[in-house]
Amino acid sequence: MRGGNRFLAAAVLVLIAALALTHTVQNEYFFFAGYVVLQFVVLATAWNILGGYAGYVNFGSGAFFAVGAYTAVALIKALDAPLIVQVIAAFLLSGLLGFGVGALTLRLRGIFFSIATVAVAVICETAVINWRFVGGSRGLAILQPAAPLWFESYTRFLFVVMALIAIFSVALARYIQISWIGRGLRAIRDDEDAAECAGVPTLKLKLAAATLSGALMGAAGAPFPLYMSFIEPTSVFSLNYAVSALAMPIIGGTSSWVGPVIGAVLLASVQQIVTVTISSELNVLVVGVLLVAFVVAAPQGILGLAERLIRSRGVARGALGARDNGIGDRS
Amino acid sequence: MTSSVLAVRTVCKRFGGFAALTDVSLTVGPGERLGIIGPNGSGKTTLINCISGSLRADAGSIDFNGIDITRLPAHRRARLGMARSFQIPRPFFSMTAAENVAVPIEYVRHRGAPHAARARREALALLEQMGLADKADLPAGVLPQVDLRKLELARAMAADPSLLLLDEVMAGLSSAEVDEVLDIVLALNRQGVTIIMIEHIMRAIMRFSLRVVCLDAGRIVTEGAPAEVAEHPDVRRIYLGA
Repeated sequence: MRGGNRFLAAAVLVLIAALALTHTVQNEYFFFAGYVVLQFVVLATAWNILGGYAGYVNFGSGAFFAVGAYTAVALIKALDAPLIVQVIAAFLLSGLLGFGVGALTLRLRGIFFSIATVAVAVICETAVINWRFVGGSRGLAILQPAAPLWFESYTRFLFVVMALIAIFSVALARYIQISWIGRGLRAIRDDEDAAECAGVPTLKLKLAAATLSGALMGAAGAPFPLYMSFIEPTSVFSLNYAVSALAMPIIGGTSSWVGPVIGAVLLASVQQIVTVTISSELNVLVVGVLLVAFVVAAPQGILGLAERLIRSRGVARGALGARDNGIGDRS
Repeated sequence: MTSSVLAVRTVCKRFGGFAALTDVSLTVGPGERLGIIGPNGSGKTTLINCISGSLRADAGSIDFNGIDITRLPAHRRARLGMARSFQIPRPFFSMTAAENVAVPIEYVRHRGAPHAARARREALALLEQMGLADKADLPAGVLPQVDLRKLELARAMAADPSLLLLDEVMAGLSSAEVDEVLDIVLALNRQGVTIIMIEHIMRAIMRFSLRVVCLDAGRIVTEGAPAEVAEHPDVRRIYLGA
């Protein structure tokens, strides 16, 4: 697995780079913004495991993210649990939510799962608003602990933590894509009936994808309360998370793990820049306009555009790793 | 009981008020080649769907190699050794021909311990057997009709079936292509695969079948040797009227 070694090397490099940045960059805002970009890499990658590979669209990513965040809040208040426990608990609980929603709706094909995810978002938000222990609708201030050793500030530490979660998510998504599991999910997206007759246990695979996708979204949400030092339902359940988690993979390209990463880095960066330079309201508009533009003009996303460009220049297909899946053309 | 590969007993299937299948019973022995004929809407594809698990029978039972599969989902039936093709080819369009064939190889043949490199080798071998060797790395979406038919066959065979269900695998092919596909199907049968085939092309069904079943309005009208069935007065009435 030459590709596997290269990926591992790249992952280690990214982690080293993230650590190095926390010691070289002076501007604290860089880490505030970088954290958000990495958080969207996780969300987009998680969404793509079910939405991109298997073709089951989740409109309620915000709910899974928020369940992760509020799991962390509850653990901080009740047990003063360390961050690592918060992340793992959020991963498990949001995964359970993904499994539950999947078990209820994935027996049926088509849009039932998508509709259910919208309902889940509303139910979760209502539950949190009425749960006084975690602040209810008024929200809750959370004290950031002192920055751990080696780190100048807690935000810098969280930036590295989110980089780790992102690397873990992308590695998982890549493994799924190039393995037989990914081929099964793609078979489901292409033709579920034919997949089933080819021996693919479609329900089991869809449930696994929904569980994993939800779990990663929860992990992305877990450090959020500490990052903000404050939590309240409206911002955590913001539609922005649901829209971005879906727009980023579609804009980047859903066929490969690279797509959501490109989409998230690009879109989240643009959003940060627009928020700072123009207005914080306009950044949602940017996502919307780009999403519409890509769906109409380039439904295969940036990956599709790049592939078409490369092919038209006569370079071998697959140079982008977009079809890096073990069975495809290796030329 | 185990002497039959497939035993369908009084299977019924309704869609709302429409009875697509009524008390259909048939038995298929090992190595047999059964042809199913009947006019459009007579329930041929519904019968295949009930056998393969794409649809659940409302009543009756289906045994496969002595195992009751009436309530099993399609992928479990595939693992037990049943494969099918679809009336309209339904490849996995986002994948190459080789990947299409690799799916059942990994999920049925290598179940539990799939191995990508081995799956590719085996997929290429199957494609070569079907005469698609040079098209292995083309996306399924660009293949012409006859190649899609062969790809359906290759994907079905990739699961090492003991029973192959072919739903109009030659529809839309030229006369020469019909012979080409028919030769492949007969070769598979010689390897020991039991085959049930739905077909409208009489020349093909006559050459293929050891036994023919004629369906009309969801019921079996008659069954027997191909020549007998073709001469049967009810079959003549159904096809020619009067």
